[in-house]
Amino acid sequence: MFNLEFYSEPKPKLEGVIIMNAIIEIFPQLARGLHVTITVLLASAILAYLMAFIAGLCRLSGNIIIRKFTGFYVEVFRGTSLIVQLFWLYYAIPMLFGIQLGSNWWTGVIAIGLNYGAYLSEVVRGSILSVAQGQSEAATALNMSRFQRMRLVIFPQAVRMMLPEFGNYTIQMLKGTSLVSLIGMTDILYYGDILRSSNLSQAPIVYLLVLVFYFILALPLIWLTRKGEHISKKGVANG
Amino acid sequence: MTEPIVRFQDVHKSFGDFDVLKGINLDIKPAEKVAVIGPSGSGKTTIIRMLMTLEEPSSGDIIVDGKNLWKMKKKEKMVKANEKHLREVRGDIGMVFQHFNLFPHMTILENCMTAPIHVKKENKEEVRDRSVKMLERVGLGDKLDSYPNQLSGGQKQRVAMARALVMRPKIMLFDEVTSALDPELVGEVLEVIRDLAKHEDMAMVLVTHEMDFALDIADKVLFLDEGVIAEQGTASEVIEHSENERLQGFLRRFRG
Ligand SMILES: Nc1ncnc2c1ncn2[C@@H]1O[C@H](COP(=O)(O)OP(=O)(O)OP(=O)(O)O)[C@@H](O)[C@H]1O
Ligand SMILES: [Mg+2]
Repeated sequence: MFNLEFYSEPKPKLEGVIIMNAIIEIFPQLARGLHVTITVLLASAILAYLMAFIAGLCRLSGNIIIRKFTGFYVEVFRGTSLIVQLFWLYYAIPMLFGIQLGSNWWTGVIAIGLNYGAYLSEVVRGSILSVAQGQSEAATALNMSRFQRMRLVIFPQAVRMMLPEFGNYTIQMLKGTSLVSLIGMTDILYYGDILRSSNLSQAPIVYLLVLVFYFILALPLIWLTRKGEHISKKGVANG
Repeated sequence: MTEPIVRFQDVHKSFGDFDVLKGINLDIKPAEKVAVIGPSGSGKTTIIRMLMTLEEPSSGDIIVDGKNLWKMKKKEKMVKANEKHLREVRGDIGMVFQHFNLFPHMTILENCMTAPIHVKKENKEEVRDRSVKMLERVGLGDKLDSYPNQLSGGQKQRVAMARALVMRPKIMLFDEVTSALDPELVGEVLEVIRDLAKHEDMAMVLVTHEMDFALDIADKVLFLDEGVIAEQGTASEVIEHSENERLQGFLRRFRG
């Protein structure tokens, strides 16, 4: 239609070859960071989920000190940026208090885990509160103890409601792991930066591939989130 | 004379400044069927919610089978009951709610089995048999593995009754159990209650607007008005021979 053939005919082939070569060269380089990205993600996700349930339940506790204390944790970690928290844990705390949090891998995991744990604890709290009052009353009428009401009736329904949000935050956590390159961890982004600095002209293709990497890693999480949405819609219709 | 299974002694309840119940005195005998009627907002629901421990009385005593429900003895003094005491005393009471409150994440059968297994620590197979029988009795033997959201309102309410019954309560409370149902589904639920009233020797307390039904099955009718029991007696005493103006007006409105 636009009669492009006469000048563009040879070009795509040549460019194609260069791009293919670049991809073949860059791909394995980036893949070396895969290990760090994935392990940091898994470990910080586990920590975040743990913190989410602990803090989420503590914020519903009858004890005002526990409630205020966890409230403080949640607001501090939600109210400040992850990258600053990371630097605090990595640079400031060891200097101020002489405490080493372990390797930079652990520092990254702790920062990301605590940060997303704070967000997710709000999801846990909100879901538990949104289980209808009548559910707890019906459980009381069946003479369940407070703990049984939570374990058998409230919690299973709340967890179903939480699934989609947990999925969404886990995808964000994956993207958040890229910050560990700033404290010297050799993740995907770290290798991307190295490649770019050694060959500036390749910057677009390098970062395109970095994106592709993250997207591929996110795919199973996206799929799980969809699944979670489905379960959550099905599981808690009106009783 | 038989000892009452439930006794209210000068029970008051207020929400903030608002006095809902101003001194309720009431005896319910074992196996007695009691209907509670009265205008909207007169405190009918509040009475049975206090008995189910869902609402705490402001003052007065509620005695269940000889035990004080909301108070317990501690070092020779009566103090507010703790969770353990409440659980001990309310074990004989079951309740059916206006809005069913079935557990949506469990099948019909699981809804019935959970409490006997976890609360009463009964044998699972035995509980299953009993639950299936109970569900068959309320006409839901073919729905055991359905989830609540697959049922009609009338079916849900029948499950809720079966769920309460497998706990073998000595006292069953019904709070307007048909008023959230479509009119054509009311009958099937009332039939189950009628069957229970006829064949079970537990005490039943029915809060209801189904006036003719209540008067038909009840041994005793309470008319609740302005925070007190304004009239009580057998159905015919209350309906035909009462001189209470407000009761007459109330009945006229309901029975046309
Ligand atoms: N948790 C509460 N907080 C404040 N007020 C309440 C609460 N529960 C009930 N009330 C009030 O107490 C009064 C009695 O309520 P209750 O539900 O016992 O009435 P009822 O006789 O069951 O009425 P209805 O026939 O409409 O169900 C009402 O005015 C109601 O608004
Ligand atoms: Mg009511």
